[in-house]
Amino acid sequence: METIKLTIDNKEIDVPRGTTIYKAARELGIDIPTLCYMELHDMNIENKPAGCRICVAEVSGRRTLAPTCATKCEPGMVVKTHTPRVLNARRTVMEFILSNHPKDCLVCSKSGTCELQDMAHRLGIKDIPGAEYAAVSTFRMDTSPSIIRNLDKCIMCRRCEMMCNDVQTVGAISAVNRGFMATVAPAFEQNLEHSTCTYCGQCVSVCPTGALTEVNHVPQVLRALVDPTKTVVVQTAPAVRAALGEEFGLAPGTLVTGKMTAALRTLGFDYVFDTDFAADLTIMEEGTELLDRLSKYLKGDKTAKIPILTSCCPGWVNFFEEYFPDLKDVPSTAKSPQQMFGAIAKTYFADKIGVNRKDMVVVSIMPCLAKKYECQRDEFSVDGNPDVDFSISTRELASFIKQANIDIKNLHDEEFDSPLGESTGAGVIFGNTGGVIEAACRTAYELYTGKKLERIEFTELRGMEGVRSATLDFDGLPLNIGIAHGLGNARKLLNDVRSGKSQFHAIEVMACPGGCIGGGGQPLHHGNSEIIKARAAAIYTEDRKKPLRKSHENPFIIKLYDEFLGKPGSEKAHHLLHTHYFDKKKKIMIKK
Amino acid sequence: MSHIKIELRKEDVDFIKGVCSTFNNDPQELINVLHTCQEHFGYLPAEVQEVVSDGLNMPVAKIYGVVTFYSFFTMTPKGKHPISICLGTACYVRGAEKVLDEFKKELAIQVGESTPDNKFSLSTLRCVGACGLAPVVLVGDKTYGRVAPDDVKNILKEYV
Repeated sequence: METIKLTIDNKEIDVPRGTTIYKAARELGIDIPTLCYMELHDMNIENKPAGCRICVAEVSGRRTLAPTCATKCEPGMVVKTHTPRVLNARRTVMEFILSNHPKDCLVCSKSGTCELQDMAHRLGIKDIPGAEYAAVSTFRMDTSPSIIRNLDKCIMCRRCEMMCNDVQTVGAISAVNRGFMATVAPAFEQNLEHSTCTYCGQCVSVCPTGALTEVNHVPQVLRALVDPTKTVVVQTAPAVRAALGEEFGLAPGTLVTGKMTAALRTLGFDYVFDTDFAADLTIMEEGTELLDRLSKYLKGDKTAKIPILTSCCPGWVNFFEEYFPDLKDVPSTAKSPQQMFGAIAKTYFADKIGVNRKDMVVVSIMPCLAKKYECQRDEFSVDGNPDVDFSISTRELASFIKQANIDIKNLHDEEFDSPLGESTGAGVIFGNTGGVIEAACRTAYELYTGKKLERIEFTELRGMEGVRSATLDFDGLPLNIGIAHGLGNARKLLNDVRSGKSQFHAIEVMACPGGCIGGGGQPLHHGNSEIIKARAAAIYTEDRKKPLRKSHENPFIIKLYDEFLGKPGSEKAHHLLHTHYFDKKKKIMIKK
Repeated sequence: MSHIKIELRKEDVDFIKGVCSTFNNDPQELINVLHTCQEHFGYLPAEVQEVVSDGLNMPVAKIYGVVTFYSFFTMTPKGKHPISICLGTACYVRGAEKVLDEFKKELAIQVGESTPDNKFSLSTLRCVGACGLAPVVLVGDKTYGRVAPDDVKNILKEYV
């Protein structure tokens, strides 16, 4: 590859042709500030609209300052990143951005994790000239079941637009209008709820300011906890334990399972359970469905839909209901672990402890914002009483713990309660891309072949590439598995299914890059993909620590079927643990 | 997830689909498609943008972004005789704003609006390349030069 020699801040460097000045500077250890630029390595995600103009630098032979994130290196270029002219320009741009930005930093939900606040600090902004003339509240607030849009705080970095359109191919939001009225909004500036939004929350996870945040359900949870008539049950998703520690200054990838359990008990939850239990249950149902469809298919039954698609991810479910409603009978009918947990907690477990479902409140801790929407879906409630009452994100839990004066780092590890807290390693790996299908294969292999699985880890299903495939040997039967994370990648696989080209028997989809560990409700990664990889590694560590690593070996799952459900796929299981999907594609109405 | 009710006549839908296919259903041709649709319908209501979104297989949010970016595109219906007053530098310094005020007064509408009978609509633009005739007013395809506020009544009379 051709390399180019250039000089940045008096240091020489050779870079491949096509490299931007910004990246070349990074190689030299020069950290040029920027508000809009973002790159997630390994996931092919890069945002460089050259919109914020904070990253400008002086380039020899150029009259104007160059945005380094979008300017390519040229041979012999001399770049200066901190001349008085550059620093002045950077400060002026920052002052302009701040001039019409709300000044409620103290009470903003992003305070402390806001990149704009950090930048003002870094650039030493002590005064905002003209701020007194700036209009306040140009845009109305938009609240959806999961996400709040407060576009007065938008700085037009357009990371959210890139995530929604280029990565997720959802296309719910776009830059609209111009000048002072320019903002990022759904079509016709409708509410998010009336757009094609899947609530994956990836826009929230990259927003540098308080423009996009999650709906806060902590107050409702707190009210339930202090209500003596309520029995409050909590479930925690696998990805939460691998990221919660980051909010308390622990290194990314630090597992805090035991401390989290202790903190939840301290907060006052009556039963601290684990969504991983329900993940094991999901495998029983989904795995059975896979084998059932597969054996029919192999016998030549044309009505058997192959491939089977996983259905654990509510962002993904929203996506296919909106864009692929013609394929709505292809995904597994198994509910997500969150909803399976709710359904079992408010029937089997409520009966066991003699509590009426109306007096039980089920709270879920999720790495996800779409889960907030999912638990509000009509089909997941009985006579208006939802199976899962409130879903709060990892970030909300962290805030809750801090408010409750709990020093989580110094808590002693505690165990989950029994029986809905008992899980296998298969349930844990649901948090990673490839994890659901790996867990399914661990069980399906043994059920299909009747033999013991010697090599438990299907490492061929792991990794960070957006679309992956592997063929597993099921005792002579080659089973073709497809995996996609990020909805844009899922769309590629779905297009093949629609056109009949797909060779896969089963496909796993997770809406967020990296899977749930990279979910929209997780601690903000600020564009550092190493954080996501560290969380993934933590999940696999947790799996290896478990004495049982196959869902069908979970003794409490076996007991649940013995005592209550019968067998996987039974009528009762179908009633409680399976669901159906809707066609949500926008219809063009024609006047008669 | 959408709840907007879209009502278009079948021939309208066919027209828009036809325009999209003339441009090979290529999202890159969005501006040309919108031009042709606005020429046909007089404006670009949400319903039309929805069908274009279908035809070009691109998010309607993106289309709305383009429609709201370019001042040429409009989402409000124009009158039968759209009136445009040039507010370019030359026209402006020769009194275009007073002419505009007179149109607003006579028609009792603001810029961007149409008269209740939908006969006239009012908009402004920047430079039609006839600065020698400043101030310039366009009514439909017809150009009026050196317009004074006193001429406004007579111009409107031509269309009554």
